[in-house]
Amino acid sequence: MGPGPRPHVPGERGTAGTGERVDAEIYGGEGITVAVRRPTVAVRWEDTMRPRHALGWNVLAILGLLVPMLAAIAGGAGVSAQDATPIATPAPVVCPPDAAGAPEGGVVRVGGILPLSGTAATVGNDERAALQLAVDLVNQDRGEVPLPLAAGAGLTGLGGAQVELIFADSQGQAEVGQSEATRLIEDQQVAALFGAYNSAVTRTASAAAERAGIPFLNAESSSPDLTEQGYYWFFRTSPHDGTFSEGIYDYIESLNANQNAGIKTVSLLYEDTDFGVNSAEALTAQAQERGLTIAGEVRHATGASSLTAEVQALQQQGADVMIPSSYTTDAILTIQTARQLGYLPKTIVAQDAGYADPAFIQAVGGGAEGIATRSAFSPDIFEVKPVAGQVNELYRAVAGKDLYDVPARGFTGMLTLLDAINRACSTDPEAIHQALVETNLGEADTIMPWTGVTFDENQQNELGRGIIVQVQGGQYRTVFPQEFAVAEPIFPLAPWDQRP
Amino acid sequence: MDLDVLLQATASGLLIGMVYALISVGLTLIFGLMEIVNFAHGEFLMLAMYAAFWGSSLASLDPMVSLPATVGLLFLLGVLTYRGIISRILNAPMLAQIFATFGLGLFLRGLAQFFWSPDFRSVQNPFLAGLFGGSVNVGTVSLGVPQVAAALLAGVAFLGLYLFIDRSRTGLALQAVAEDRATATLMGINSDRMFALGWGLGVACVGVAGAVLATFYYIYPAVGVVFALIAYITVALGGFGSVPGALVAGLLVGLVEVVSPTLFGFSPAYKYAVVFGFYLAVVLVRPQGLFGRF
Repeated sequence: MGPGPRPHVPGERGTAGTGERVDAEIYGGEGITVAVRRPTVAVRWEDTMRPRHALGWNVLAILGLLVPMLAAIAGGAGVSAQDATPIATPAPVVCPPDAAGAPEGGVVRVGGILPLSGTAATVGNDERAALQLAVDLVNQDRGEVPLPLAAGAGLTGLGGAQVELIFADSQGQAEVGQSEATRLIEDQQVAALFGAYNSAVTRTASAAAERAGIPFLNAESSSPDLTEQGYYWFFRTSPHDGTFSEGIYDYIESLNANQNAGIKTVSLLYEDTDFGVNSAEALTAQAQERGLTIAGEVRHATGASSLTAEVQALQQQGADVMIPSSYTTDAILTIQTARQLGYLPKTIVAQDAGYADPAFIQAVGGGAEGIATRSAFSPDIFEVKPVAGQVNELYRAVAGKDLYDVPARGFTGMLTLLDAINRACSTDPEAIHQALVETNLGEADTIMPWTGVTFDENQQNELGRGIIVQVQGGQYRTVFPQEFAVAEPIFPLAPWDQRP
Repeated sequence: MDLDVLLQATASGLLIGMVYALISVGLTLIFGLMEIVNFAHGEFLMLAMYAAFWGSSLASLDPMVSLPATVGLLFLLGVLTYRGIISRILNAPMLAQIFATFGLGLFLRGLAQFFWSPDFRSVQNPFLAGLFGGSVNVGTVSLGVPQVAAALLAGVAFLGLYLFIDRSRTGLALQAVAEDRATATLMGINSDRMFALGWGLGVACVGVAGAVLATFYYIYPAVGVVFALIAYITVALGGFGSVPGALVAGLLVGLVEVVSPTLFGFSPAYKYAVVFGFYLAVVLVRPQGLFGRF
């Protein structure tokens, strides 16, 4: 268990840091600090540069200094705040008379921590567009979209206050996520934090929120233990890998029952991060309950330059089904390598992440055909839930692509958070916390294949669930469970040489 | 342990090792010439991969067809980098030199993300992936055609580089400048032009690597980082400035990475730890690297 619940102390946040940092929005700031501080050392180096062999050592020393930095600092994306639209006439809302109401300036700030650069930058930027879309729906009067807060401009519970999203780039790295969380809380005075996709980043960023006493809503990290740390301020709308793993095994059982698949053994491939390790733990624990044997597990380094040794190990295990938990880069490389080495289990059912990223299908082409992954979302939902289709149209207009798993979950999570802030009628953290606890969204209030959003005692949404999608004809098609399925599952995987 | 598995691992390790060697040789070439470590090396690789990708998606040119253009483009980029940035900081403190290329790398990565988005791309239906059904079997060993082609091309590039540096007058002039710039200048060699040529060659080598890598690897703005780390270790292991060193070290790194988990039966998750441990062990005995001059 982590630190226990901790009540909010009014005024404990936000005053100390203000004004201390001139401009925290410049990225690569750490690198610049190093550059500025080192010249004295450089002079000494220069003096001792000869004899020549000393140079070799210095180069090694500098390599040692720079190589991790190079790996750590991803280029490009920075932080930007979206322009706020003018405040329109507030709609009536029921608030207690003693509610604190809108903050000064009529703007509620919410911090969004996402991997906007680095290996998960695609997903991070796609989710960013979805979060901004959710905020735009709230800020503008969009009565035609039947979702909470869309009708009426701004947060009606706070006198029509506008919501301003302030994004920070975690680069997919835990330590960056933590410092960004602290920066958003102290310098930007955010009312709540949101993020952070990578489970490892969510862990450190939510710890910063816990210390500061700020609500943190997570919509896309799936490590089960994030909601089992006993955090007071942490809420999660997305199902976690425990729930998702059940879905994966339900699917495998249905294959055994309906298609006579005869799946008895399982290989796990997972990356060496919070997400990968926790996913493998959940899958291992449940395999035994289901009477499946784990033939072996292979852990791999994230962003590997080759996965040959890993795929060979899987090949040795020769299990019926392979369940990978990896992000996009490694998912692509795994399948490319499997094809090259001729590794082909009966079927592959992935734990989301890279395998649910459309970039994965694009990159491996025919190699993706027949690979299934648990997901929280699929475009097929547009047919079942018209409001999801409506949101997708809006999303496509800004992002240039269809909504998929992570952006859809992010969108839903953001609406859940804003709904709570609206009902809290204030930006007081304790009031928002209380409103989040009382969240009660129904099936029609989300674009997800869920029955709604209500939080259990761990502040984990208990109405979420996963679906299984399979790549068929270059598209993700829902194949499980029955009520959302639009296609029959394909089993087994086609031999590599019979693919496009 | 199965002999077939070991053979497969060895073959795969050598193939990927050739690619590592090819990526590293440009780095070592530039260092050998002017003692500057190019920290934008990975980003040059990324640009080469994007060149191959855009050639394929916009002009339907297979990366193998556009290879000469890619290499030419990268050569030009190398020369421009030298003329525009490096020649101006030749006499600057070492850290200024390092951060100039480091900054260039970050800038290029940011630029790539800005213009081409952080999406993962890959070349659709490359010619090599379709050749012989994508893989050839030698006994029980399955070899990917793109990987084999990459290794062969790397071999050709190394041979060409060796012949050029060791047998041609220009190559000898390059060596002379690397040996002693002042004396070479007294002998009538234009060292500035040699440096530009060295940068062109070094970056062109990474152009070859990028073009072949594009046929079997995903492409995105930070793809260079994955390989740059390996390249630095390869160069340091082979010895800064040594072309044969880069070849041997590249093969060693590839072999250690792929074979060691199979051979010793540990989790592949530790393979990079083993590679770096191996590197440490070598430099403790030979600080200058296997073939280092210093």
